[in-house]
Amino acid sequence: MHDLIPLSPLGGAAPQVDMFDGLQIREVTDRALASVAARLGHEAVCQGTLRALIGADLPGPGQSVEGSVQGLSYAAFWTAPETWMIDADHGAHELLAQDLAQALGASASVTEQTDGWCRFDLEGARVCDLLERLCAVDVRMMGQGGVTRTALHHIGGYLWCQAPGRRFVVLGSRSSARSLHHALVETARSITG
Amino acid sequence: MIIHHPLLGPRDAQEFVYLGDASLIDRPDWQAEDAAGAFHDYLYLRDNPAGLHRELWFHEQGDRSWLVVTRDTTTHEITSVELARDVARARGRSR
Repeated sequence: MHDLIPLSPLGGAAPQVDMFDGLQIREVTDRALASVAARLGHEAVCQGTLRALIGADLPGPGQSVEGSVQGLSYAAFWTAPETWMIDADHGAHELLAQDLAQALGASASVTEQTDGWCRFDLEGARVCDLLERLCAVDVRMMGQGGVTRTALHHIGGYLWCQAPGRRFVVLGSRSSARSLHHALVETARSITG
Repeated sequence: MIIHHPLLGPRDAQEFVYLGDASLIDRPDWQAEDAAGAFHDYLYLRDNPAGLHRELWFHEQGDRSWLVVTRDTTTHEITSVELARDVARARGRSR
């Protein structure tokens, strides 16, 4: 057996937290991700199966939903027509893509995404000041649960509003985690320093 | 330039990548008798209009959908944006 040491996307043994005046940037490593694309002609079956699995109806363009099943929290956000990203607790769903593929059968194509992304949760009164300097999204107009793909500091990723004007999630590619973190921290320093 | 995405609303053209003439959707049947001639025309022959032009754009920094954008090549005014998927299906393509 390989004896591997788990590292966070930033390379630490534990997720990194950066505190600023009115802003917290927290690396998140305890969520599993999988992408689900409904196959042509099987959209209704796929959506019905997922509704039972995550406890919520799949969202439309630019939106997300949260659900819970048997005490576990789930979320899903729209990424493309008939395609969603499913977010679940990593401890309970380390093999999320495998579990979903088994449940969905031929109705959808599922791909593992957990290891492809890094996640930073941004929270605080200055969060919009930070994001409006990094991306072209009108962050102050983003409503509860709004999700959009964008480029932050020229790094592509998803921006997910969890509390308008207060709490946002940034998903970026894991291979660019340190560059993205650098952009977030430098910008946070410049607005709070 | 702003492209009005049919699903996501107005988005900056910087989020998109341009491919070319929307006639690229009409890929010839490679098994047809006249396939060689049809593919020559498909690859090399393009109209070059001064005016309305239908073209394919890819929403790379977005939902990664292909769009058919009708743009005036003299003014850059965009008069219509459709999902390429819908355009292809309307022409009888299955997917």
